[in-house]
Amino acid sequence: MIKIKDVHKSYGDLKVLDGIDLEVNNGEVVCLVGASGSGKSTLLLCVNALEGIDKGEVLVDEISVHDKNTNQNELRKKLGIVFQQFNTFPHLTALNNVSLALKLVLKMSKKESNDLAEEHLIKVGLKEKLNHYPSELSGGQQQRLAIARALAMSPSYLLLDEITSALDPELVGEVLDTLRMLADEGMTMIVVTHEIPFAREVANRVAFFHEGKIHEIGSPKDLISNPKKIRTKEFLSKIL
Amino acid sequence: MLDYTFQWKVVWKRLPDLFEGAILTLELTILSSIIGLLIASILVIWQKNDNIFLRNFTKTWISIARNTPALLQIYIAYFGLGSFGIHLSSYVAVLGAIAFNNAGYMTEILRGGFSSVSKNQNQAAKGLGLNNFQTYVYVIYPQVLKTVFLPMTNQFIWAMMGTSLGIIIGLQELTGMTTFLQSQTFRPFEFYFIAALIYIFISKSILLSSGFIAKKYLRI
Repeated sequence: MIKIKDVHKSYGDLKVLDGIDLEVNNGEVVCLVGASGSGKSTLLLCVNALEGIDKGEVLVDEISVHDKNTNQNELRKKLGIVFQQFNTFPHLTALNNVSLALKLVLKMSKKESNDLAEEHLIKVGLKEKLNHYPSELSGGQQQRLAIARALAMSPSYLLLDEITSALDPELVGEVLDTLRMLADEGMTMIVVTHEIPFAREVANRVAFFHEGKIHEIGSPKDLISNPKKIRTKEFLSKIL
Repeated sequence: MLDYTFQWKVVWKRLPDLFEGAILTLELTILSSIIGLLIASILVIWQKNDNIFLRNFTKTWISIARNTPALLQIYIAYFGLGSFGIHLSSYVAVLGAIAFNNAGYMTEILRGGFSSVSKNQNQAAKGLGLNNFQTYVYVIYPQVLKTVFLPMTNQFIWAMMGTSLGIIIGLQELTGMTTFLQSQTFRPFEFYFIAALIYIFISKSILLSSGFIAKKYLRI
């Protein structure tokens, strides 16, 4: 379970997170929506300690993420993260992109890690691309590679940061299909997305971010089809 | 002008001496490049250090190395330091000055290499649970290496050219040795021509082998 309690964060004078409270239960998919700069992506980075926080607390399985005594490298094994810009490692083949952390972090043998990497690449439909470099893959394939890389670590939670935003429209579908599959398998996910139809279909809850706060949160049915607050209505009417 | 008769025999006779000079040239090139690269690896870190002294030290080094003639740098090492009672042999002075010069240029090459690796790569590696050391060794450095490899090769060749300035303080590297030999034999054209061929041979060997490594191991 992920508990986010009254988290504040600023970059200099710019307040990015202004008191965020959110609990994500195991097996739940929570989608974060809202305008650019409303703090959604920053929150994800705070959950796995890629960013520090100024105030508040983030607990992952009751471990305080930003506590000085917490081993953050250890903690990140539980939290897979996938980024908008894929961030695949350009100097490694698809297989090695996935197996690198298996070897270094989970201390698997070469054979073990390669087998597991292959298994996950097949799962996301990249069976033919094992020995290809990222530059030889399309955006959608690179993003699926990044998903496989995160999944191979068997994380308890998946943090997905606008992972379809940098893709050509015709490639969005294949990545969303992969996410649907994961949701069906019961993976706990926090998904920052602009794909409202996808959020409506897959999310258990949707949170609307506005100016560093969760302005409104609820089931997709309530929040998307029947938003109560005016800001939420405005935002949805703009992008739907 | 056309009644000049080439006399190559005298050059063949002194070929061992030319090779001796060439080996000194190669030795200075390799050493000054390695020392330069080691210093540059430190300077590139100091360049972003919180300590203002280290930052300014680096800035000054790069500024002097890149904005003054290498010849002047050799003079400072050989004659200038003498004022402080530091008397370097011409070998050490040339090695030191060219290494100093190399370090300045190589720091800039490395800086470019690091800034070409997106900050996101760091996040992605950390996000997978890699620690700082692993992130650098397995994710960042290989990408930096790819970017800096060919510019570094050029710098390596530039260093070789630079060592020829050693003649000015009496070092018998290839240019120095050639000058000495032609003055003994009065066959300047023949000696300088062969020296030029040796320089070209060394340069091309460096370029070819680095091209081979780049293609085979770095996919450049």
